[in-house]
This record gives sequence, structure tokens and C-alpha cells, in this order.
Amino acid sequence: MSMPFYVSPEQLMKDRADYARKGIARGRSVVVVQYDDGIAFATENASRALHKVSEIYDRIAFAAVGKYNEFENLRVAGVRYADLRGYSYDRVDVTARGLANAYAQTLGTVFTTESKPLEVELVVAEVGRTIDGDQIYRLAYDGSVTDEHGWVVMGGQAERLGAVVEEGWRPGMTLPQVLALAVRALGTPTDEGGPQRTLPAAQLEVAVLDRTRPRRAFRRLTGALLEDLLQA
Amino acid sequence: MTPADPAASGRLPHAFTTPGSSSFVDFLAGHAPDLLPGNRPLPVGDVQAPHGTTIVALTFDGGMVMAGDRRATMGSMIASREIEKVFPADEYSAVGIAGTAGLAVELVRLFQLELEHYEKIEGSLLSLDGKANRLSTMIRGNLGLAMQGLAVVPLFGGYDLDRHLGRIFSYDVTGGRYEEHDHHAVGSGSVFARGSLKKLWRPGMGSADAVRVAVEALVDAADDDSATGGPDSTRRIWPVVATVTEAGYLRVGDDELAAVAAASEERRRATHTDRGGAR
Repeated sequence: MSMPFYVSPEQLMKDRADYARKGIARGRSVVVVQYDDGIAFATENASRALHKVSEIYDRIAFAAVGKYNEFENLRVAGVRYADLRGYSYDRVDVTARGLANAYAQTLGTVFTTESKPLEVELVVAEVGRTIDGDQIYRLAYDGSVTDEHGWVVMGGQAERLGAVVEEGWRPGMTLPQVLALAVRALGTPTDEGGPQRTLPAAQLEVAVLDRTRPRRAFRRLTGALLEDLLQA
Repeated sequence: MTPADPAASGRLPHAFTTPGSSSFVDFLAGHAPDLLPGNRPLPVGDVQAPHGTTIVALTFDGGMVMAGDRRATMGSMIASREIEKVFPADEYSAVGIAGTAGLAVELVRLFQLELEHYEKIEGSLLSLDGKANRLSTMIRGNLGLAMQGLAVVPLFGGYDLDRHLGRIFSYDVTGGRYEEHDHHAVGSGSVFARGSLKKLWRPGMGSADAVRVAVEALVDAADDDSATGGPDSTRRIWPVVATVTEAGYLRVGDDELAAVAAASEERRRATHTDRGGAR
């Protein structure tokens, strides 16, 4: 009878983490930035149907990078979680914190108990009535949660792009300003010294959680509206 | 390695991550069936509960208007003077309800959620026929309660984004769905409201005319049906009137309704002679 090889828990977790990180690094990045009237999401995505940024509830949105089928599954679960909670209690009782916890438990359980971790990284963001009420949670493949302030960049080039956003972002920027910053970050060359790319509106997926809207704050920015905002 | 009970680990239960369905009602039926209105034990004997009354709807050039009075009755008593019975189902449709108020409001809440849930998951709107059929299924689930006298009869209407016109659908307690032409009314005052709509509706009306006709029909219903409330100028309670056009659902403001109601009263007073009984 053959004996199974002994693998130390440290090695097992490290292998899984490396596997998940590699999967995530293959995808394009998503930039999430706070502005004076809400939170903006931008990513390079030529598809008009397969979204990386979506609405979860009245004031909550979801952004993801990594494997499409895995984060799509989590997105649908989030919509069901939020709608069930809002139906059982009230619409105001659905919070990004609760949803981020549910996602964290799910990601963490899959990471430790299943044969393959989920190759995804998520942002759950909620826009408040005032800028102080905004919440941005970043969830990693292993279920760890971080409460972010101001901006988040995730995906393959997260560190390089994050440096661009960190340098340019300051509190109270307007929507055209943060969009210009996000598009500049997304166009950052992948290699040191490469040419800066200018991304046209058709290559971008942009959405906002707009705190000035009465109920459903989520809105996609496409077509002429997006072009106007990018040129402003 | 997988725990026997997925809930014990704190992760979202499998029902949440099962792909396939875009329907919130189907999800509830699988995951939390006790939350569905149709799955509760039926009450025994007579139940006294507030009833909502008259809803009217009519189409006009480029949309439809729906209006409901503000009265709920319980037997011969007025249970509420300011209940609202016309709701936005989503951006491009409206639903008005007659029948047992508590069940009807719950049904509307579930229906609104059903449409929003589909929209969020699929990323596109259901067709107007699709919405109307969904409502039909949900009413059928209430048949047991309807047999006990707790019926819910909605009127559904909206703007068809493919055909570019307003459409109206009526229902019976068994979930039968019927498309109505031009105008329709449901509830206890509907007989009188329908008569009024027949005489006042004209093809090619604009939205302001349609609002006027809807209010007139409700005033006629309130005139002859004790369970329908007319415009209340003392308390400034006006019917809930909403238009649905290509621009979406829009509730008509109180100031406009006050003017429409005042004009209607003025016309009626002018035709009222010493012998009484006019209009």
C-alpha cells in the first residue's frame, strides 16, 4: 500500500495562494475610486454583456477580477443575499458590511476546504448619504477583508496601477477628474518604459454609485455620456 | 473534507450559488418557502381585513395612466382614507391593486422585487408580456386564500419598449391574464368607472387629458360606490395617479391633481340645476 506524501499545512496553503494569485494576475485590472458625489468603477473591457462591475442593491455595487464563471456565481449569490435580506427586513437593512462578511466566509471556506481556491478578487462598495458614509471593502481569494479608503486597484497590474492612483487621488475630486485618473492608471504600460496607452470609451466599462440618485444609486456610463465625461 | 452542513461553515448556502434561475420567487420557493405568500396555512372561517377598492387605467398617445382612489374599507367602516394602491412595478410599468389590502401590498412588494431581481441578474429588462405573465403566476399562488374571500385582483399596465405604446392587462383570481384595449377598471367601483371611461376616453388623447379622464372616472365611481373615496379637498387627499411613458414611471404631483379635481367639481356644479341629479 502506498503512503500519501506528507505536505505541511504551510506548503499546502502557500501552493493554493500561489495558484489563486496566478489566476487573478492574468486578468485585467479594475480601478475603484471615490469622488465627491459617489464611487466610480472603471476597467478595460470591450464586452457590453459580460460585466465586471454590477449592481447588487440600492446603494451597493460589486466589482471583480479573475475567473468570470467564479465571480459571476458570487455576484448572483450576492444579489440573492441582498434581495432576500431586504425582503425579510427592510431595504435599509441591507449593508455592504453584511454582504462582505458573507463573501468572506464563502471565499475562506472554499480556500481551506475545497480542492481549488476561487481565483477571484472582489470589491463590495456602498455609497452613503454623505461622503463619510461611503464604504469600500476589498476581499481576497482566501477570504481576507480589508476596509479601504478612497481608492482600490485590483487585478494583474494592481501594484503598478495603484501607484498611479495613489499619486493622483485626493479627497473631494469630481467625477470627470477621477475618471481621467482611472483611465490614465488603466493605460499604464505593463513594462517599465513602455508607451502609455490611451483607452477609448468603447474599450472601457465604467459605472458609478451616485449618491444623489434617489433609490437605486448604480448607473452604467456608456456611449456619448462617457465620451463627454472623459473629454471634460 | 467538505463539511456535511454547508451552513455550519458560515459560507453562503448552495441555493445562493446555484446557477440557472433569474427569478426571486423561484429562489424563495427553494430556499425559504415559508416566506412565499402562497405557502402559508389557510385561515379558518371568516377573516375581517381591510379591502382596497377602485383602480382605473387607460392608454393615451405614447403611454398609459393608472389611478387609484385612497379608501380602504372593512365591512361598512372606512379602514383607511389614505391608503395607496397604485405602485411602480419597475421603471416602465405600474401595478394597481384591488382586494384584501394586506395581501395585495405584500404581492406588489414581491412583484417589484421579482422584476428588479431579474433585471440585476440578467442585466436587461423583462418584456412587458413577460412581466404580465410573472404577475399571473404569482396571483395563481394566492388562489387558496382567494377561495377564503381574501382575493387580490391587480391591474397591470406599462409602456411596451418594443412596440412603443402603452398596454393594460387585467387578471382574475385564478391568475387568468387578459389584455385590455384602451381602458379598464377593477374593484368595487369598477362598474361605474368603466361606464365613465367608455364615454370619456378618446383615441389620440395626450397625457394631461388622460389624467383628467382617470380622475373623472374615479369621481364617478366614488359617486355611486360607498367603498370608493373621491378627492378629499378638506384634507387634501388626492387619488394616486401615475403615467408610464417612454421616459418611465411618473407620479402626478398633488398640485396638478388638486387643479384637476377642482376643475371636475366646477364642471359638475355648473351642470347641477335646482332640480339636482345632473352628472
